[in-house]
Amino acid sequence: MGIVFNNVVKQYPNTASPAVDDVSLEIKEGEFIVFLGPSGCGKTTLLKMVNRLYDPTSGTISIDGVDIRHVQAEQLRRGIGYVIQQNGLFPHMTIEANIAVVPRLLNWDEAKIDKRIDELLELVHLDPKVFRKRRPSQLSGGQQQRVGIARALAADPKVMLMDEPFGAIDAITRSSLQEELQRIQRLTKKTILFVTHDVEEAFRLADRIIIMQAGKVVQFAAPYDILMQPANDFIRQLVGERDVYRKMGFLKVEDVYASGDEAAAASEGVSLNDDLKLVFNRMVEERVREYPVVDANNRRVGFVTMDLILTKLAN
Amino acid sequence: MSYLFRNFDKVMPFFWEHLSLTFTSLLIALCIALPLGFLTAKFRKLQTPITGVLGIIYTIPSMALYAALIPYTGLGTTTAMIGLVAYAQMILVRNIAAAIKGIDPMMIEAAKGMGMSKGQIVAKIELPLAVPVVIAGIRVATVSIISIGTVAAWIGAGGLGRLIYQGLNHDHTGKIVAGTVTIAILAIAADLLFRAIEKILSPRTH
Ligand SMILES: Nc1ncnc2c1ncn2[C@@H]1O[C@H](COP(=O)(O)OP(=O)(O)O)[C@@H](O)[C@H]1O
Ligand SMILES: [Mg+2]
Repeated sequence: MGIVFNNVVKQYPNTASPAVDDVSLEIKEGEFIVFLGPSGCGKTTLLKMVNRLYDPTSGTISIDGVDIRHVQAEQLRRGIGYVIQQNGLFPHMTIEANIAVVPRLLNWDEAKIDKRIDELLELVHLDPKVFRKRRPSQLSGGQQQRVGIARALAADPKVMLMDEPFGAIDAITRSSLQEELQRIQRLTKKTILFVTHDVEEAFRLADRIIIMQAGKVVQFAAPYDILMQPANDFIRQLVGERDVYRKMGFLKVEDVYASGDEAAAASEGVSLNDDLKLVFNRMVEERVREYPVVDANNRRVGFVTMDLILTKLAN
Repeated sequence: MSYLFRNFDKVMPFFWEHLSLTFTSLLIALCIALPLGFLTAKFRKLQTPITGVLGIIYTIPSMALYAALIPYTGLGTTTAMIGLVAYAQMILVRNIAAAIKGIDPMMIEAAKGMGMSKGQIVAKIELPLAVPVVIAGIRVATVSIISIGTVAAWIGAGGLGRLIYQGLNHDHTGKIVAGTVTIAILAIAADLLFRAIEKILSPRTH
């Protein structure tokens, strides 16, 4: 079912051109979708129309076949997780109270809420005993954003909206949060709409990327396809077509590996999800030309060689 | 000073009178200032007229204000309280409006995005976040009411001002000092009390 945008336009009063200009999209249930584009291209506006913080000037959005205009706005929002860049946590509430906001709005009973808070804090790797009673100001930026994710997941929404959630976080913490989010998504199968202007982040997280430019969607495709067939010069520049090393950072082992048994079993395997930059670096450091490839369960699925990588990059 | 210690029981009734005058005026002032402050914060068009009028009242000297009121409301506690409430408005309304406007808009957006209704946002987010700043306004207003309350004795409202008034009339320095010192103690105590409440209610400090 998923989320369908039909000719969605958003024109703010007294502006020359629409912030979102005739966008039509079909997002499948359980997909991790990243909206990528420069600041001001309309990503936030598009996202906020999904939980009706804004209403489209024209066009329709439906979730699981239901036009969201026909759902009462508060009701709709309680069923959609929402994470924003920073300052999203309420400073006058403890961590547990922050997480309990939506369940309380939905009148869950307190015993169930209590259990859910522990569950969620464990999911985002924060010890409930340590963190439940703390205030947001007593947490680091990264920890706050973990709580932000836990809070958005509280009432088990099918859809999560995330507007540059890691934008204000240092590179190292950001990378561990990205990993965490991927793990959570695999675990919970949420449909995630994630906004960023960070190209690496988009390629790292997305099942499919929606590239926006001046209110329009210019390409909607899997990261691999965007890299291999950029729709226009703007995208070509965005993904740094001439920068081979950077390109390797966007490609994953699963994009190039061959099934079979040839690689020397002696060397430690690489995983399907590793990016090629990492694998290439290892090859250079260890003077090895091929590695076995393993899946998430550490089962051997094939091999990757320097030649396979070079062939792919030459495309 | 020695008068104060020797006649503690005589000073206390004035003290209680002053305290009750302050407290009652403060309560009435708050009941008016909360909605006014809220309106000022929410509706830009109301900001200039409301703060304008309150600003003018605030600049009228207290004796002149009382002189103007006496023909209508007579001498006594009622008139005194009207004056005190009017003075406190300026301080309270300005603080309440600033407290509400000072809330990070991201906070409101997060609350709205999570599905809170307008009323829930006011009750669960805006008011709790505004409280520490509002308490600061109440603290300043209380100290002002305590000191202006002294003047109210001139129009027959009682309180510690009357003690000073008596002292002036009878050339009794002891009474003047006793009244002044007690007012100062009251004002300082009120200030410390509200500072403590502010600290307890402020979300960022603990
Ligand atoms: N509330 C608003 N009123 C008027 N214009 C707005 C408003 N919000 C955003 N805009 C404009 O709409 C365009 C898209 O903004 P936005 O959706 O925030 O972009 P992004 O999230 O991609 O940076 C920008 O030109 C911005 O200035
Ligand atoms: Mg934005």
